[in-house]
Order: sequence, then structure tokens, then C-alpha cells
Amino acid sequence: MADQPHDVPFEHLLRGLAPQVLGAVARRFRDFSSAEDAVQEAMIAAFRQWPKEGVPENPRGWLIQVASRRMTDHMRSELARRERETAVAAETETLTSILEIEADMDPDDTLILLFMCCHPALSPSSAITLTLRAVGGLTTAEIANAFLVPEATMAQRISRAKQTIKTSGVPFRLPSPHERTGRLPAVLHVLYLIFSEGYTSSIGSHLQRFDLACEAIRLTRSAKTLLPDNPEVVGLLALMLLTDARRAARTGPDEELIPLDKQDRTLWDRSEIAEGIELLTAALSKGSVGLYQLQAAIAAVHDEAESVEDTDWAQILALYELLNRVAPSPMVTLNLAIAAGMVHGPAKGLELLRPLDRDPRIAGHYRLDAVRAHFFEKMGDHEAAIQHYRIAAARTTSMPERNYLLTRASDLAGLA
Amino acid sequence: MKYILMMMGKKSDFDGYAKWSKEDLQANVAFMRAFSKELKETGVFVSTEGLGWPSEAKLIRAGKDGEPVTDGVFPESKEFLAGYWIIDVESPEQAYKIAARASRAPGAGAKAANMPIEVRRVLSSHADLGL
Repeated sequence: MADQPHDVPFEHLLRGLAPQVLGAVARRFRDFSSAEDAVQEAMIAAFRQWPKEGVPENPRGWLIQVASRRMTDHMRSELARRERETAVAAETETLTSILEIEADMDPDDTLILLFMCCHPALSPSSAITLTLRAVGGLTTAEIANAFLVPEATMAQRISRAKQTIKTSGVPFRLPSPHERTGRLPAVLHVLYLIFSEGYTSSIGSHLQRFDLACEAIRLTRSAKTLLPDNPEVVGLLALMLLTDARRAARTGPDEELIPLDKQDRTLWDRSEIAEGIELLTAALSKGSVGLYQLQAAIAAVHDEAESVEDTDWAQILALYELLNRVAPSPMVTLNLAIAAGMVHGPAKGLELLRPLDRDPRIAGHYRLDAVRAHFFEKMGDHEAAIQHYRIAAARTTSMPERNYLLTRASDLAGLA
Repeated sequence: MKYILMMMGKKSDFDGYAKWSKEDLQANVAFMRAFSKELKETGVFVSTEGLGWPSEAKLIRAGKDGEPVTDGVFPESKEFLAGYWIIDVESPEQAYKIAARASRAPGAGAKAANMPIEVRRVLSSHADLGL
């Protein structure tokens, strides 16, 4: 919807301030969970008031003030609830000046929050929602909208996630450099999941959903500013940009899915591609090549090709072989088989797919059948291709994907 | 008053659907999109979802220990829910009219499918469900 808050100009400013304000308030009141609620309320107040009254002169101070007031109210009612005789503690907190809280801010607050929200004790979906709210500054309503669940359900998910963090007793500070290295992959994985959720759901009948892909790019950009020397953070940002560049070409006028080989490449976003390649080149020059850099390199090879035929499939195959060594997974094997099929012919591709039938992590996954169908089609075995397209259609969990696969099957059936 | 319009089909209907021509499939998808849009524009739309294929459906019961026990074998005659719309309308007649429109979705050979749409009232209080 055009009149939703995420379209208004101050939205970026507000989102960028959210983690800074939360960091300051959480540190001052030593209560992450309540501080997070208070900042959320301050954000909602800003969304309501700023468009009417204009952005305040010191927007960060404004947010800190509103959030601190909520914290004080919250502590007062907590004290009353516990039937303490006086509310001295709460009064003391009220006297804390905004300037003092602001002075307490740490430039690493966003990073601290990112590590906190992507805590290993949380399930991926909890980490995602908490990251979007606490670091991304999204409202519960927006997150609920993005995942198509009721707001009350999302609110519950967030408060349970915070409870988990509280129970785990993580202090509000930056993990040691050693700890950081160990936990960074989990942070990057959460950012990656936010991106792919947004990217895959940008098709279908839910165009009014909050744009999670853009949000993931924004969050990864801020992670890159905070960890400029980490090649995997840069690699992840490059991967997102190089993938997002194809967004406009990915769906047709009726929101139908258009696969890579049928896309109008003139619709690809050249500036995103250029930025992605520049970032990737810089990351690769640092020497330690990880899974995001490799995936970004593969995306770059696709993005640089004029057509599927022009694509340097040998290069892509070599990159998947590397990826298979760095981070082996059945999905990597599947993609490796696709590339091998392009380089050495569909029979080779089918051969490489065979072991996956015995891998419970992927056996029965629709993509396995879809790729097989594609290989059979290339070999001219239309009957087998139709059969596998239909199995894939029955197994996929995406409506546009199902429509695409069924159409592919009936296309071939029409030829017979 | 809210109604749920349920699109039902036997396994053989689903298998048949998978064999429609490209044009028929496209016409059907276009109709569904336009239909939901129309429901939204006329202010009656509440929600709609399409469901996964019946071959992926599982029937679950609690075993003795409360753990899930799967029974996936369905009789051929069983009807499966393919998808549904929930609408908020002024009268049952209005709901039936909308259901009839859904039933006219284009089917194989560009003919109206006239598929059965089960219409049920959605009860107004959720108190018993704890919502």
C-alpha cells in the first residue's frame, strides 16, 4: 500500500536510529527485554507523530526520551505490582537526563544487538523476527505482515524469543573477538534467511508484503560498516545484490515465475550488479574464501552473461566444486549437477543426482524432480520429463512454482 | 456474516487438473487472480489460501503415548480441500452468488468447470476456541 509507513521518507532515518536508541536504553536500564518493548513503543509513536508534526530537531534524543519514559512507567508499575513501599528507584531513573543516556551510547550497539538477536539458543525463525524488530526497527505489525501471520501471533513469538535470551543470561555487551568469529556464521545465516524469505515471496499474490529483501540488504550493509574487514560479510552483501538485481525479470505481467534461462536480461539492475561485483572483487582479494563469496561469485557469472548459452558454465561448475568442499550440502550437490549437466550434457547431470535419492535431507524435495524433468526434457525424453514435472508440481509449496511446473508439463504434452 | 467457500475435489480431479493444457491452466490462474481482486474491491474479502497437493496430505492421530501416528492411505472417493476463500457478506444469498462465480472458473477445454463449492457459515464467536 502506497500510504504505509515504510514508504515515507523519514522511515530510513527512524530504522537506522532504532538499534542505537535500543542500545542506549538497554544499557541504562539493564533490561534488554523491557527496553526493546519501550523502543518499539517509541518507534510507533514516531510513526504516528512525525508525519504530522515534522521530524524533531534531535530525532535520536526524542526517541530516547519517549522510550525512557516508557521504561520508567514500566518500572513504576512493576514496583507497584510488587507492593514495594516507595518508588524511589523509579524516581531516580526519571531524573536521568537524555543527554546522559545519549553519552552512554556505544558505536558498536548495533553489532551487539545483532549478535544478541542471532543467539544460538534461538530457533532461526525466532532470531529472524527478533532481528527485524530490535535491529531493523520494524514494527510487530510489519513483521507479521511480511510472514502473513496475525500480529498477536508475531508478538508472542517475539516475547518468547526475548524470554529465551533472558534465560540464557547473555550480558548486553559485544562478544569477545574469539566468540565473535564462532558466532558470526549464525548472524550471517539469519540475514541470508531474511533475504531469501523476501526474495522468494516477492512473487505470488502477496505483493503488498513488507519488502524483506531490501531490509536484509540494509541490515547487511550496516553489518559491513561494523565489520569492514570480514570478507564473508562483504560476500553476503554481494550475493544479495547480485541476486536482487534480477528481481524485475523474475516475474511476468501476471506474477508468473520466469526462470533464469527465460528472463529478459535487459531488466536486470546494472547498478546492483556493478556494486555486487565490486564488493566481491574486494572480498576475494582478502584471501579467505567462504561460502557467501563463492555463491556471490556464481551469481556474478550468471549476471555477467548475455544469455544462458553465453554463460560460462565451466566456471560455475568449478565454483560449485569449490563450494562443495567448503560447505557441502545436498542443495550444493543439486546445483553442481545442474552445472555439470550444462557442461557435460544431461546424462551426466542425471548421474550426479542419483545419490541424492538416498539422502533424507533432500529425497522427495520438489527441486530434485524439477531438475530431473529439465534434464529429461533436454534429452528429448518427454514422457519422463512430464512425469517428473508433475511430481515436482505436487511437491512444491509455492503456488507460482506449481503453476510454472504444471505449465511446463502441459507444454511438453502438447508437443507429443 | 462470514462464510467459507471451499473448493473440493477427489484425487482424480487433481490428477485431471495436472493434465490440463497450458492455455486452460493459464486461464484458470488468471480467473483466480481476478476473482480474489474482485472480492477485495467489493469489500467482502477476508482471506484465501490454496493448499498443497493431496498426495502430500497426511492423516494424523495421537497414539497411546500421545505421539503422532501417521495414516496416509485415503480412500479413492475421499474429497480433498483444494483451497478456500473466507468472505464477509450481508446475506447467505450473496455468499451463494459468489460461490457460484467461483464454480464457474474456467476448466479443461476452456469450458466452465462448474465444480462444487462447499459453503459453510463461519461462527461469529471464537470464545470456545480461546481466541
